[in-house]
Amino acid sequence: MTGAAGIGWYGVALAIVGGALRVSTPYLFVSLGEVLTEKSGRVNLGLEGTLLMGAMTGFAGATLTGSPWLGVLAAGAAGAAFGLLHAAICNLPRVNDIAVGIALFLFGIGLAFYLGKPFIAPRAAMLPALPLGAWSDEPAVRAALEISPLFLIGAALAVALQWGIANTRLGLLLRMAGESADAARALGRSVNAIRTLATTAGGFLAGVGGAFLSLYYPGNWNEGLSSGQGLMAIALVIFARWSPLRCLWASLLFGGASALGPALQTVGVTSGYYLYSAAPYLLTLVLLVYSSSTRHALSGAPSELSISR
Amino acid sequence: MRSTSGSAVDRTGLTGSAAAQPAHRASSWPVARVYVEPLEALVLSAGALAVALVLFGVFVALGGRNPLAVYSALYLGGFGTRFSIEGTLTQASPIILTALCTALPARVGLLVIGAEGALVIGGLCAVLVATAVATASPWVGTLAALLGGALAGALWIAAAGALKHWRGVNETIASLLLNYIAIALFNHLISGPVRDFSQTLKAQSWPVPDAFRIGSIPGWSVHWGLVIGVCICIILFVLIRHTTLGFSMNVLGGNRRAAQVAGLPIGRLVILACLMGGGAAGLAGAIEVLAVHGAASESLIVGFGYTGILVAFLARQNPLAIVPVALLVGGISASGGLLQRRFDMPDATTQVLQGLIFVCVLASNALAGRWRWFARSP
Repeated sequence: MTGAAGIGWYGVALAIVGGALRVSTPYLFVSLGEVLTEKSGRVNLGLEGTLLMGAMTGFAGATLTGSPWLGVLAAGAAGAAFGLLHAAICNLPRVNDIAVGIALFLFGIGLAFYLGKPFIAPRAAMLPALPLGAWSDEPAVRAALEISPLFLIGAALAVALQWGIANTRLGLLLRMAGESADAARALGRSVNAIRTLATTAGGFLAGVGGAFLSLYYPGNWNEGLSSGQGLMAIALVIFARWSPLRCLWASLLFGGASALGPALQTVGVTSGYYLYSAAPYLLTLVLLVYSSSTRHALSGAPSELSISR
Repeated sequence: MRSTSGSAVDRTGLTGSAAAQPAHRASSWPVARVYVEPLEALVLSAGALAVALVLFGVFVALGGRNPLAVYSALYLGGFGTRFSIEGTLTQASPIILTALCTALPARVGLLVIGAEGALVIGGLCAVLVATAVATASPWVGTLAALLGGALAGALWIAAAGALKHWRGVNETIASLLLNYIAIALFNHLISGPVRDFSQTLKAQSWPVPDAFRIGSIPGWSVHWGLVIGVCICIILFVLIRHTTLGFSMNVLGGNRRAAQVAGLPIGRLVILACLMGGGAAGLAGAIEVLAVHGAASESLIVGFGYTGILVAFLARQNPLAIVPVALLVGGISASGGLLQRRFDMPDATTQVLQGLIFVCVLASNALAGRWRWFARSP
């Protein structure tokens, strides 16, 4: 993005594309995790806490083992543990899943800051970048097209999930728990077990998304690392109408919106910096208002979901 | 709002209508379920608190510290000395009001978590109003600034309620997004249009006139905002318990269908609850500005709104119970400094404890209604 100033407004567009590719990855992983969870009929509003736990664990893991990929794995494990905790509490009778999510959101942030205190450092072993822009001589193009392997993994995962949820036995079970718990029970399936599995897997993905924050971009661990990506991802899922593939496009859109402020700053537009930083939130709210209705559930929403009705 | 007809249903082809399930229908407007009898609520909350404290003890013991010493420091830092009690009361004052921002909409079945945004907007508008009426007499100026802040917060949260009622937008997500939008708006204004450029170290707004500042309760270094908060809680408790309006709100929160059948003005009740809750949070921001900071700055954004959610749930959305619970949670927050100094613990320690308490309180709902003894008690 450093070269953008030299090439003017073309650079702004390029910086937004680059930013979209870079910033979208945590959105993508968290929203895919949330899709899995919500398809099973539960909402996990605590993924912001999970994201930060993942970021902290990933950074600590990479620092301690020296391998960023082990850090990613550790982050996933921490996220899965948080998902399991959410599921275990929600399996109790008369417990509200949204409220538990808020509680785990606060708990996860506190725990990440507490355990991460000794690890606050400028750098750990970073994830490598794939220089897909190497063909170009323009440094801005190269910077924009430097892509994290995690983004490609996430994109592949979105396609795989899209296919898997629609076409596999496991996907059918997942949808059944989300669309009609009674039907699942009638077939002798444990709704709680399916939801526990889905929430745990969703937590794993959110944890990996956190590892991207601390190990790739911005690539350090501090207490201001996440600016609510985990929360926005939940709104993003509604926007993507519970489709993993649409989550991919929505993540790119959100990433681009997040990159708007910094990109404009590079060409000297600094006055409305904070307002531009509100762009993704405003975008989410507008889209939410646009797509909601009082007369029917959101199209594509799992019927058992409390948040969509 | 509730109808699940349309494309959402029947994608598995296994069932006719998912709406034919009384058990999960109740979860559509979920918060009402936390109402339990007062005595049972007290026992459950106290039990959850005890479990959370034990878990926290295990947690600090794993970190190689003596849990008993940490407990005693928690007590000392929150309630042990006059100085710490004053700190606790000052912390509790905004939390009491932000908790109302979750508790009041919860009475009509909404789960609103937008207190942080309403507080920030309230603080900002208090500054704007105070600047606009800078020549007014002290009492009038203070009152105008407080009302301005409360009104701004009220409208901010009412927007979430209105979107819920007329557009079916999930109020939890909407209020959360409004938090971020409020903070962005706040940062934009205090770093430019309303910035006090004589302050070079940090971005803060114009100061409120000194004459409008809220002072301390005589003999204490605690500002009058605490008294305002407690009075509002008492008034709202009476309103909810002993008026037709409160009864209507409880009916709506308990059973939306019954409220519809009874012909209650659902839209008006929803908006009113949001107005009152948001007004309380906006007032919290105005009081923080007028009594503590003297200007709107980033010091307002310290998570009072999020702590308020915890307090509201621990108090089981009861305005009167919010006061002691806010004192307790405020005490935990206030003891953070002592824990940091004495045990070299991170400042997030109190956040961990609060998170544990929140989780335990929610899990304790699973036990509500289990004991017949409570059902028989008057």
